[in-house]
Amino acid sequence: MAKKNKKSRWIDRMNGWLSDEQGALEREMEAAQEQAAAPDIEKLSPAELRWAQEEQEEEKRIEAAMHTWTEKKALPFARALYNLLCVGICVTMIALLLYTVTTLPAFGDPNHPINNEVSARYIEKGLQETGAVNIVTGMILDYRAFDTLGESSVLFTAAMVVLFLLRKDKDSARYSQLAQTMDQNPHSDTYYEPKNDIILQKTATILVPIVLLLGVYVVLNGHLSPGGGFSGGAIMGAGLILYVTAFGFDKMRRFFTYKTYQRVVLVALLTYAISKCYSFYTGANHIESIIPLGTPGAILSSGLILVLNICVGFIVACTMYCFYAVFRKGEL
Amino acid sequence: MHFVQNFPFFCILLTLICAVVTSVLKGRPARWLTMSLITVVTAMTVCVLGYTLATGDSYVYMMGHFPAPWGNEIRIGVIEALMMTVFCFVTLFSFIGGMVPSIREIEKTKYNIYCILVDLVFLALQALVYTNDIFTAYVFIEINTLAAAGLVMMRQKGRNLVAGVRYMIMNLVGSSLFLLGISILYTITGHLLMANIHEGVAALAESGEYQIPLTIVVALVTVGLSLKSALYPFEKWLPGAYSNATPTVAAMLSSLVSKGYIFLLIKFYVRVIGFDIICSLGVLDVLFVFGVLGMIMGSVSAVRAKTTRLMIAYSSVAQIGYIFTALGLRSEIGIVCALWHSAAHAATKSMLFVSCAEMDDACGGTHLRKHLRGAFYHSPLLALAFSLGALNLTGVPLLSVFMTKITLTQAAIEVGGRHMGIVLGAVAISTLLNAVYFLGTAMTLFIPTKEGDEVLPPTVRKNPFTTVGLVGLMALNLAMGLFSQPFLSALAEGLTRFA
Repeated sequence: MAKKNKKSRWIDRMNGWLSDEQGALEREMEAAQEQAAAPDIEKLSPAELRWAQEEQEEEKRIEAAMHTWTEKKALPFARALYNLLCVGICVTMIALLLYTVTTLPAFGDPNHPINNEVSARYIEKGLQETGAVNIVTGMILDYRAFDTLGESSVLFTAAMVVLFLLRKDKDSARYSQLAQTMDQNPHSDTYYEPKNDIILQKTATILVPIVLLLGVYVVLNGHLSPGGGFSGGAIMGAGLILYVTAFGFDKMRRFFTYKTYQRVVLVALLTYAISKCYSFYTGANHIESIIPLGTPGAILSSGLILVLNICVGFIVACTMYCFYAVFRKGEL
Repeated sequence: MHFVQNFPFFCILLTLICAVVTSVLKGRPARWLTMSLITVVTAMTVCVLGYTLATGDSYVYMMGHFPAPWGNEIRIGVIEALMMTVFCFVTLFSFIGGMVPSIREIEKTKYNIYCILVDLVFLALQALVYTNDIFTAYVFIEINTLAAAGLVMMRQKGRNLVAGVRYMIMNLVGSSLFLLGISILYTITGHLLMANIHEGVAALAESGEYQIPLTIVVALVTVGLSLKSALYPFEKWLPGAYSNATPTVAAMLSSLVSKGYIFLLIKFYVRVIGFDIICSLGVLDVLFVFGVLGMIMGSVSAVRAKTTRLMIAYSSVAQIGYIFTALGLRSEIGIVCALWHSAAHAATKSMLFVSCAEMDDACGGTHLRKHLRGAFYHSPLLALAFSLGALNLTGVPLLSVFMTKITLTQAAIEVGGRHMGIVLGAVAISTLLNAVYFLGTAMTLFIPTKEGDEVLPPTVRKNPFTTVGLVGLMALNLAMGLFSQPFLSALAEGLTRFA
């Protein structure tokens, strides 16, 4: 009995730790943060008061300067010089680059340096070695999969930065007020946006399933026909954006919330990274990979490429929708 | 194949996986995961360093089932492992050292994103150091730029947002110039793998074909990467970005992000184009001139800076000037000196940023130099760390930057001629200015406060994280200063097999 109790306490503590329940150090930090946010004016010494005022004034000055710098007429000479230099540098760059292009090998020339053993192998052995009928997919997801893993991480990075900057968090003290007044504020975009537009809704009812199906088709056929994860994912993302424009965020949230986004991207990127771990490790250590390539042309073929395409498709679709939602409303 | 050879690949993939997993974690687990990740990666990198030092040669690691011109690969030698080890220790200790300010300054519900971006910057740095493929380098430059811009804006105050936008714009210009450069390079050589481009460029130099595009490529890549690493006329984005960020971020930006680009530029010169061809193009003279200007102008701005953090940020401009001056000397020792100074500056600057930011907090959240008076008497460790950094950057013997100055002058004397005079003069002036602002500030810390002086109460209490981080950074700096000779000879030895 005692043992069981102990175990459950251990689990409780584990859960508390995972859900960021506060320890002594964090509590102190939190207190310091609140103190900094709303200083108790009566308790401050004159020096502290002056320092706090100076800081506030500087913040205000910067904010004012940020909004009015386009209208300032001061320093006309500096502005003229700035414009002149801008135009000068741009024109020089354009002229220089155009001139460089004229000295490059002609496009489509059979003796062009890019027609070498690298592209020859891609074209001649691509199908045999990767099992993908679409050579481009074979190149980006098998021959040069490390670059593509990097590209998917670029999307992930961009999504994280945008979420950090724009997402209004209900739990956060900084944004709760802003989020409440957002919809009633006549200056915000959401105030004027059309709600329940009948033409848009009927069109979307017909189009959204077709668009999503097309996206799924492009992703799944990425190794057989032109397309793949990036293009198919963009189509699916467009479908989601059309749906949310027509029916609003409340309906969207029935099946797609911030949590859904987090989990989908987590699973997709983890699958990508772990499957590539396996293939990089076996490749570099010259171990035979156990993943079969299948019959070229069949839907279940070309080894990991199909799986990777699906992962990339999910990442791209979710990231596109996330960008739209966060830029438009500040939440998913 | 030795099992240790897998470690760089494990590090890269592990960092990526941790970054992805952190996206669903809350603040504290995210923090601990990141900390353990950096520790594990550091341990593995030390093993790789041991392995490369033992074999003395570099090896190629295939990323996938296809050999290099078709697939991707990374290449690890003594120089890569050595630089990466220093960078890992710097990341680890500045993450730990800046932990408490970061908890205080960053919005609680978004703390995990801070950890993700730290992971991603670390990932991009590893990939930039190890990669042997110029396009892979571009992909990770993108990750580096985006994640670093996010980190600059971490505190979400007005100043940070302005600095972040400026950082983003300037760095995107740099990335796009780099991309233009490598696409022209691909058109004239037909390759993306560094070794193959090298062969192609050598063949072009022999036949005399495509000389104009080649010159343009070198110019574009040089301008792009020096813009991103804040060489003197392009340094306007730097002070705002570094001085307002949370200390870990300032430390990472100044010591890792910009050094990653410099390392890539050196790799581009030595391994991709070939140093002889670069020397014949005259681009190094331009770097030399701006490097010398940066050495002096950075220090002048630092003397005039009002806050300590701004002063440290401007001193980065001067130190980056040293690196480019060394590169501009057109000699092997110059490259060794540039690499050494990248490592030495990374270790020192991160320590300065972490100690200075926490000293500000210990002195009542101020940023002004005058409030730091007597800081030694209430927070001795912070003051000692700051003074060590200040002494180091001034160039006191037994410390790492002293070796930079010695090697730089040696290289200049070997080159002789006008270069010698200019370098000697610039080093003298810059050292003098360094002494003025760094020693001046360091001495303030030891002057006890008088009766009637304003003393602000500390905004934070002492904590174990800061102690661990700063002691680690101090040990790293002392170790680099004391063992500078083996380090330099390992770099020189590695450079012979770097190309």
